[in-house]
Amino acid sequence: METIAFYIFAILITGLFLVTILSKNILYAMSALAAGMVLISGLFFILGADFLGAVQLVVYSGAVMALYAFGMMFFDATRNVKEKNSSAAVVFLLSGLSAVVLVIIFAAPSIGENIKPLVTAAANVDNPHAIGEVLFTKYLIPFEVAAVMLLVAMIAGIILASKKMDKSLSEVYIDTLPEEELKEQK
Amino acid sequence: MTLTLTHYLVLSAILFAIGIAGVIRRKNLLMLFFATEIMLNAANIAFAAISAYIGDLSGQLFALFIIAIAASEVAVGLGLLILIYKKYGTLDLDKFTVMKG
Repeated sequence: METIAFYIFAILITGLFLVTILSKNILYAMSALAAGMVLISGLFFILGADFLGAVQLVVYSGAVMALYAFGMMFFDATRNVKEKNSSAAVVFLLSGLSAVVLVIIFAAPSIGENIKPLVTAAANVDNPHAIGEVLFTKYLIPFEVAAVMLLVAMIAGIILASKKMDKSLSEVYIDTLPEEELKEQK
Repeated sequence: MTLTLTHYLVLSAILFAIGIAGVIRRKNLLMLFFATEIMLNAANIAFAAISAYIGDLSGQLFALFIIAIAASEVAVGLGLLILIYKKYGTLDLDKFTVMKG
């Protein structure tokens, strides 16, 4: 049962992410990415990481995707993206090679038998409970630092995005054009 | 046939390769951001899978921190994208070449 679910999720996620990197339309790419994130949370539920799956749903497919959707309102999203591409074969060869190297790097220690779990969940405790206990004892300082980092990111986002907010985007753009281009446009 | 750790690691590697291919191939900045999100998710899958199969909760916690970092990265990155769009009127990486070499 779990195997079937895993394969369905894996194929769907791979397909959706391929759509994300190959599509010419930003809207299609973003929708495919959001759907892929939802399915990845399904993988987390299969693995028994319930809390992580819930966070993935709330933060990734909720907050991050909504942020991208809001950001897209600033850009022209309906037009197709024109991209000048170098040869595709080189790109796929390079990325495949580097991915294989990364797999070897990451899989090497877990193939070895000398890995022992450091932080184990207590018996007959469900996953969110266990995560909460570990997060607020062993990982308390990283947790606080992450909170401060989110605050910094929020302030930075507000300050960066609110510069020249009183002018419309097209107005700002025309101000910065050189004069010859302005004449051409008229 | 049962699921093993290798299944998840292979899936994670495939997704990571898709992300890298996107980063190399894309010329639009917003699409580049999407590709980096794919790579972060691939790393999350690997973390969660290893954590589940070894029985160590640290992997899931690191995946949580990755999600927090990704959220703040998107907030700052989108602010910068809006500034770039205001300055150049486009998100095409080839248009940002300042040095004519």
